[in-house]
Amino acid sequence: MAVVTAPTSSEELITIEKTSGELNTITLRIARSNPAEGHETTYSEFKVPVKKWTTVLEAILYVKQNLDHAVAVRYSCRQASCGSCGMKINGKPSLACYTKVSELHSNIITVEPMNNFPIIRDLAVDFKQLISNHKKMKPFIIREDSEVTPESKEFIQTPKDVEKYLQFSYCIKCGLCNAACPTMATDTSFIGPQGLAQAYRYVADNRDKGKEDRLKIVDDAHGIWRCHFAGSCSQVCPKGVDPAMAIQLLRGYLLGFTK
Amino acid sequence: MRESIIMKIHYGTALGAVVLVAVHILMRMTQNFGQSLQYQNVIANYHFLPYALMLEAVLILLSVHGFNGLRVILLELKQGSGYEKMVNYGSLAAMAILIAYGSRTILMAGMGVS
Repeated sequence: MAVVTAPTSSEELITIEKTSGELNTITLRIARSNPAEGHETTYSEFKVPVKKWTTVLEAILYVKQNLDHAVAVRYSCRQASCGSCGMKINGKPSLACYTKVSELHSNIITVEPMNNFPIIRDLAVDFKQLISNHKKMKPFIIREDSEVTPESKEFIQTPKDVEKYLQFSYCIKCGLCNAACPTMATDTSFIGPQGLAQAYRYVADNRDKGKEDRLKIVDDAHGIWRCHFAGSCSQVCPKGVDPAMAIQLLRGYLLGFTK
Repeated sequence: MRESIIMKIHYGTALGAVVLVAVHILMRMTQNFGQSLQYQNVIANYHFLPYALMLEAVLILLSVHGFNGLRVILLELKQGSGYEKMVNYGSLAAMAILIAYGSRTILMAGMGVS
């Protein structure tokens, strides 16, 4: 296990902590692996100075900037919009940019790549299957007529119509739900909560005419019926989407309870 | 067969089995436990046609439900087209064998063949 200490600049920051009390120092444990090279997972420990608003992503970026440039991490927007920085933080799938170090109530923070995804390197995982399953659900409004012709009118929806699918349209495809799903852990062909929630998002949209197509896609040996309703997908979603509910509502269509 | 039809059968057989097994347990309560296990009384159950038919229904419902459950567990455990085909047909065959063997027992006991 490699322990890397901060260079002079961070030691200065730690000195500030002792005098002003504003800074705290945490131990950041980062899972390191490179499956392509056949390396097994090891953990590198870094001492990182943090303030009460420091996010886990900022702590990782501090390590990249000052202690070890080779740490692999994917990130982009830093405001929980792009869904790039999903990882396991102290065992729970979370967005690194949306998780403050102070809310973890621990001086030791362990960051690991998300479960149920192939690891590219360190904290970066491969999203190929998630994106492919998302695409399989035809995530767009299907209908023969189009909004863009000059003769057509807008598709009017009441607030009640919108309410049926709105929360599911907040999905940012971060993959945390798939990482938390116990079925995905064993069934690699399972569509996953993200794909199924997206299928429901369009099935419940009254502008859409592709319901039959989507129901056929999810009604598969590795489709909607493999969900055990553990609910962990809904618990970890950073955008408040409830994929577990979407799956149950989608089952209603297949069982004939919902038309 | 579509997975939704299989799952409808799965849920239906579970509900049916709960009802019929409850009837079966209630029937045991018409006499004390020791008496209900006596050879003559057990055989008498099979001689009573409606009860024998109910036992046959329980056998079918539990076999269908149980083996489909096992199929689902095995499909979640490992993936691959050859493996999945083997699990699907294997479960179906095991279900048919169990139903056939159980039916044979019910029939033989009903007809008084030991």
